[in-house]
Amino acid sequence: MSANRTRDYDDIPGTYVFDGARCREGYALNMFCKSLDVASNRDAFRSDPDGYPRRFGLTPAQYEAIAARDWLGMLRLGGNIYYTFKLAIFDGLSMQHVGAAMSAEALDVEGFRAMMAAGGRPIVGNRSIVEQRHG
Amino acid sequence: MARIVAGIGTSHVPAIGAAIDHGKTADPYWRPLFEGVAPAREWLAAIAPDIAIVIYNDHASRFALDVTPTFALGMAETFAPHDEGYGPRAVPVCEGNPEFAWHLAESLILKDGFDLAMVSEMTVDHGLTVPLSLLFGQPTRWPCQVIPLCVNVIQYPQPTAQRCHQLGQALRRAIDSYAPDAKVAVFGTGGMSHQLQGERAGLINPDYDRMWLDRMETDPGSLAVIGHAELLREAGSEGLEIIMWLIMRGALDEAVRRVHRFYHVPASNTAYGLLALENA
Repeated sequence: MSANRTRDYDDIPGTYVFDGARCREGYALNMFCKSLDVASNRDAFRSDPDGYPRRFGLTPAQYEAIAARDWLGMLRLGGNIYYTFKLAIFDGLSMQHVGAAMSAEALDVEGFRAMMAAGGRPIVGNRSIVEQRHG
Repeated sequence: MARIVAGIGTSHVPAIGAAIDHGKTADPYWRPLFEGVAPAREWLAAIAPDIAIVIYNDHASRFALDVTPTFALGMAETFAPHDEGYGPRAVPVCEGNPEFAWHLAESLILKDGFDLAMVSEMTVDHGLTVPLSLLFGQPTRWPCQVIPLCVNVIQYPQPTAQRCHQLGQALRRAIDSYAPDAKVAVFGTGGMSHQLQGERAGLINPDYDRMWLDRMETDPGSLAVIGHAELLREAGSEGLEIIMWLIMRGALDEAVRRVHRFYHVPASNTAYGLLALENA
């Protein structure tokens, strides 16, 4: 990455800020997800789950992440949660399913829901990578 | 003359819309939230605004990555709900007010230097419809006209908090200079701490949220100087939506009277906040 990518938010743990670099990297992936807010596109994807995503110019890694429903992998390949969530909606999943799947610790949806009901993931220890490392 | 009769800040969680649409508002999970909002609903019903300017963010619905306006004003006669993947919400189509919208655009652009995008065909997603449902219930027709003011808070670089506060102040001048009689409510939506994405998903920071709710009333200028990195860090990556409340707050007088305040965790993956204000 160029020096231009050094950001004041780079030390926030587990956070994929959707900046210009990620927007450019993830453009095709996100536009594939965006297409699923049209009912006829959802039908096309449902009837041809392997072929439909190929219309969008995805990289092989993006294609694999979509096929595997690797929610965290999609973020790492430039995905934006507001977009990738449309794929989760297509699968009938809630934001809590996706949140559980992306969480640093292994959580199922019930575990994630319980964490939220107990007040959510605490800020203490999660402000920065350094703070996280040292508690 | 047009005048501001209400300023409302509220989160716009999609699951709240689903709870309303599927008759779950009395369920144990949702009941505290809907009871907490009720006083603001009753107050707003008594005021009966003619027009609501709803400041919200689009969630990859009307706008995709092919065009990302920083501020976009809805100029249309009507705004239909967007299909976000489940089919459109079964809520009324919003009736706009193009004459007022064009007045706002001229005032904001020509007098105050805000380069708004003007949008004549615009569907609206849960960012706008959930606050309407929360505050107006499930009527067959919304009780007031709606002007959407869409803000980019999902693609970096988002506008600064300061710019949002200034836009609110300019919006106030625009409303004050509109000759026809109209009672105007301004809704700032989204926000309170939440992080939907990544390994830190589920982050909630109630102390930070309460600080925002306090200072929204008494010292919004001190919030307007907060930068994006602090918001991302303290309120979570999607908590940055809170800058939209500053547009609403900037449109009000410096001195306001708090009508109602409510805070609740959780609403799905987020903290829920509500603030109902009027000019003192």
